[in-house]
Amino acid sequence: MSNDSYVTDDGRTIGPTVMEMKNITLRFGGVKAITDISFDIREGEIRAIIGPNGAGKSSMLNVISGFYVPQEGEVWYKGKKRPPMKPYQVAQQGIARTFQNIALFEGMTVLDNVMTGRLRQMKANMLEQAIWKGKAEKEEVENREVVEKIIDFLEIQAIRKTPVGRLPYGLKKRVELARALAAEPSILLLDEPMAGMNVEEKEDMSRFILDMNDEFGTTIALIEHDMGVVMDLSDRVVVMDYGKKIGDGTPDEVRNNQDVIDAYLGVAHD
Amino acid sequence: MSLVTIRKDWENFKKKLTKRMKTAPLEVEESLTRFWLAPAGLREEENLAQSSQATGGLTSIPALLQRNAAQFADRDAYREKEFGIWQTWTWAMTEKEIEALALGLINLGVKEGDFVAIIGRNRPYFYWSMVAAQSVGAVPVPVYQDSAAEEMEYILGHCGAKYAIVEDQEQVDKIIEIQDKLHTFEHMVYIDPRGLRKYDHRQLHEFSHIQAQGRAAHDELIGELKSRREKLDYDSTCVMLYTSGTTGKPKGVVLSNRNVIESSKNSAVFDALTGDEEILSYLPMAWVGDFIFSVGQAYWCGFCVNCPESADTMMTDLREIGPTYYFAPPRIFETSLTNVMIRMEDSGDLKYALFHHFMDFAKTAGEKYGMPKRSLAKPDMKRRIKNGWRYAMGLGFAIETLVENGIRMAFTKLRHGSKAREHFKAKDPILLNLYRGNLRDYFKYRMGNVLVYGPLKDTLGFGRVRVGYTAGEAIGPEIFEFYRSLGINLKQLYGQTEATVFITAQPDGEVRADTVGVPSPDVEIKIDDNGEIHYRSPGTFVEYYNNPESTASTKDAEGWVATGDAGFFEEKSGHLRIIDRAKDVGKMADGSMFAPKYVENKLKFYPDILEAVLFGNGKDRCVAFINIDLTAVGNWAERNNIAYASYQELAGHPKVLDSIQEHVEAVNRSVADDPMLAGCQVHRFLVLHKELDADDGEMTRTRKVRRVIVADKFKDLVDGLYDGSTSVSTTTEVTYEDGRKGSISATLELRDAKVVPVASKMAAE
Repeated sequence: MSNDSYVTDDGRTIGPTVMEMKNITLRFGGVKAITDISFDIREGEIRAIIGPNGAGKSSMLNVISGFYVPQEGEVWYKGKKRPPMKPYQVAQQGIARTFQNIALFEGMTVLDNVMTGRLRQMKANMLEQAIWKGKAEKEEVENREVVEKIIDFLEIQAIRKTPVGRLPYGLKKRVELARALAAEPSILLLDEPMAGMNVEEKEDMSRFILDMNDEFGTTIALIEHDMGVVMDLSDRVVVMDYGKKIGDGTPDEVRNNQDVIDAYLGVAHD
Repeated sequence: MSLVTIRKDWENFKKKLTKRMKTAPLEVEESLTRFWLAPAGLREEENLAQSSQATGGLTSIPALLQRNAAQFADRDAYREKEFGIWQTWTWAMTEKEIEALALGLINLGVKEGDFVAIIGRNRPYFYWSMVAAQSVGAVPVPVYQDSAAEEMEYILGHCGAKYAIVEDQEQVDKIIEIQDKLHTFEHMVYIDPRGLRKYDHRQLHEFSHIQAQGRAAHDELIGELKSRREKLDYDSTCVMLYTSGTTGKPKGVVLSNRNVIESSKNSAVFDALTGDEEILSYLPMAWVGDFIFSVGQAYWCGFCVNCPESADTMMTDLREIGPTYYFAPPRIFETSLTNVMIRMEDSGDLKYALFHHFMDFAKTAGEKYGMPKRSLAKPDMKRRIKNGWRYAMGLGFAIETLVENGIRMAFTKLRHGSKAREHFKAKDPILLNLYRGNLRDYFKYRMGNVLVYGPLKDTLGFGRVRVGYTAGEAIGPEIFEFYRSLGINLKQLYGQTEATVFITAQPDGEVRADTVGVPSPDVEIKIDDNGEIHYRSPGTFVEYYNNPESTASTKDAEGWVATGDAGFFEEKSGHLRIIDRAKDVGKMADGSMFAPKYVENKLKFYPDILEAVLFGNGKDRCVAFINIDLTAVGNWAERNNIAYASYQELAGHPKVLDSIQEHVEAVNRSVADDPMLAGCQVHRFLVLHKELDADDGEMTRTRKVRRVIVADKFKDLVDGLYDGSTSVSTTTEVTYEDGRKGSISATLELRDAKVVPVASKMAAE
């Protein structure tokens, strides 16, 4: 855990640690998905988690987002130890995520989907919403403003009123990102944001991730398979293999780490 | 006719027009005295008296802005959709914004005569930037925002631009890339700060900061601004626009305030434009048309300019705004029509049948019953009642049609199931048989208006269009007819940057697909011995910047400008017809005429064919390159279960080639009908493996084919077409949007097309 800030080469300020995972172990019955992993995420940084298939990356993300409760280990968030929580409680703390397999409301428009990201900020009860007067109306206007800024930011104006089901994959990913961003999270978890995209879409997505980090100062933790993208985007990288942490550091450090090279290129296992 | 009757007619006409334009903000009487319809003798006489005070001191765009801010203070001047809402600026607000920006520019050090490059998509900020630059005595130079860095380097270097006002990071990056080679360049202003925070801000400024600095320095600099603004007169430069350059480097066309204001004024009178007009500005700002419509005419008439949210939302925004005055190159109309047709294919059987039933009818009756009366943009109560009445005329029959055809359709479906579409033809309602002749047609058109034309126009965003123009290229007669039959007053005009757009235009009621109309107000036209069109008008450009040779070769001492287009006046109608670019018209080996555009246009009128390039100058026969339209052909492929992974694969598919071959042969038959051009039939053709693209230099930014470059780049293919080989392997270099280069290779199939023998006609020549 460190409390000092530093400035990166490209002029961004990386703050003190905002989230720390201490000795996390996660088991499903007899299967150990994650074994004794510790790492931290600092404010304002882009932190990547990489590893071969089945390394436990998504499980790790699910631990952070509260979907799984680890059997051992502690999650420290903003200097406090986090008790076991439901996912919605974690979301209320300002942690938003996207999913590897898109989880949008297919029949709703892009705008409505993104608006659901604002639900946490809306206080009006069901009756008020139904009557559509006073608080509910005021809230909707305020939140719509935020959502429109995000739509503008992610350049999805042209599909604002299109039902999500009709969109191609790359755009759905972007809509999901918009919804996560609408929650104004302090930490944004991206589970394979670029899986299945072509080069152009990947470049767009990378730009959005960098711009998001730059513009809103959002801390981003992402899982990604595309090594080129990870090495370009992230400030620090955690490498996992078979549920264990095998490397942690800047992209350059990780790239030269023998364990990492072995994990990716393969060695004979005894 | 004696002079007295002419004079009487003219006076009557003036009275009528004045009455009609009572609510128009124009100084009607004054404009009318210069109106093109005035008989020549009268016009000259009045010209002499008027020329000095023709515009009442309104001799620059900034002066027009002052007038608009005073006269139409609370009327909307600009709208832009941002954050999902149409943000609006009135003329009074616009004046304040432009003043702040102008003061900021003075503060930044902009001197009189400096060039200010303006690079971005259509946004109010850029229009303000142009007027602000003019206000401080500088010259705005709009540049195509999708130009590659080298193209910008040429333009900015050529005019020695010291300042640039750009949109976002993308443009800033481009300019930084070329900045070292631009010796005079000083400062850059950007509008969207996203991603730019960490840049070195010594030469880089945010738009809103410049305005804030301008506001802060108001008292100090306002005197300077006023004195600079007052110095502007009819002869000072209004704007400099670079031509797209089908051949060679772009040339900077200098247009004076006289050019712009006179052209705007004349054309506004020609189409009775008023301050109530709504236009959507989406065409590139560097193109003269946008400058005239969105700045010249908008400031002269005081109408509202609407800017779309982004390039992708253009169609939605068009629909939301419902412009009353619309301009688009043929390609936009083609794309729209293709989309309509594709979506109709996917629609329900009843809708499909009704659509075709009524569109067939509209082809014959649209001109007669559909055209809007030349009313004002904002209909008055009388007009509204009339419109309501017209709608009501169709409503009852429309319901009856729906019910009758719906029932018949139900039976057809019972009998034929999913094949119902092929067996069903929509019919008119029985009660319509009570009427005969014109009355029947009238009711039928009104009925179609309720069921098909009205909703379709509304979907396309053309519901309120009073005057629509298409120009730049020839438009396919079927496409043109389709829009006109819907009751959209679509017309053609012929123009050039050098003429400040207008050379000829079609007056209401004299619209045809194959001509470009009569000379615009105050334009004189002559056709020289070679068939080249020359014109002289108040809009004739001042000069090409820093290029006296080109100026001299284009514009002679008397002010006649050579257009480079060949054409002739039709004797009966007095309309101008364009044949081709004069220098593209050549001779075949046997001496017959070679006019590539003529054949290419015929090919391009097929929705599957996006682009065609014909070769054959000096040869014994013609061959052609063809580009398929991915939208149309892709949809067709989907419908016919043809799988494809890329443009290249689809373009080489044998079935696609078959259908293109049919089109080529059909074109050959139609070309053979014209004895003069029968030699231009396409003997062999190929479908190109890539789309011709401006980034590769194969087209201009306005999407005109650069013939010479294409011929040179694909030399192996042209040779293959002439030496009779049936397939050619080729590798082509392509440039990606970000300037990187790559290459694609393909093996193309070369095909023979049937031609109609014309030997006998040849011999006669």
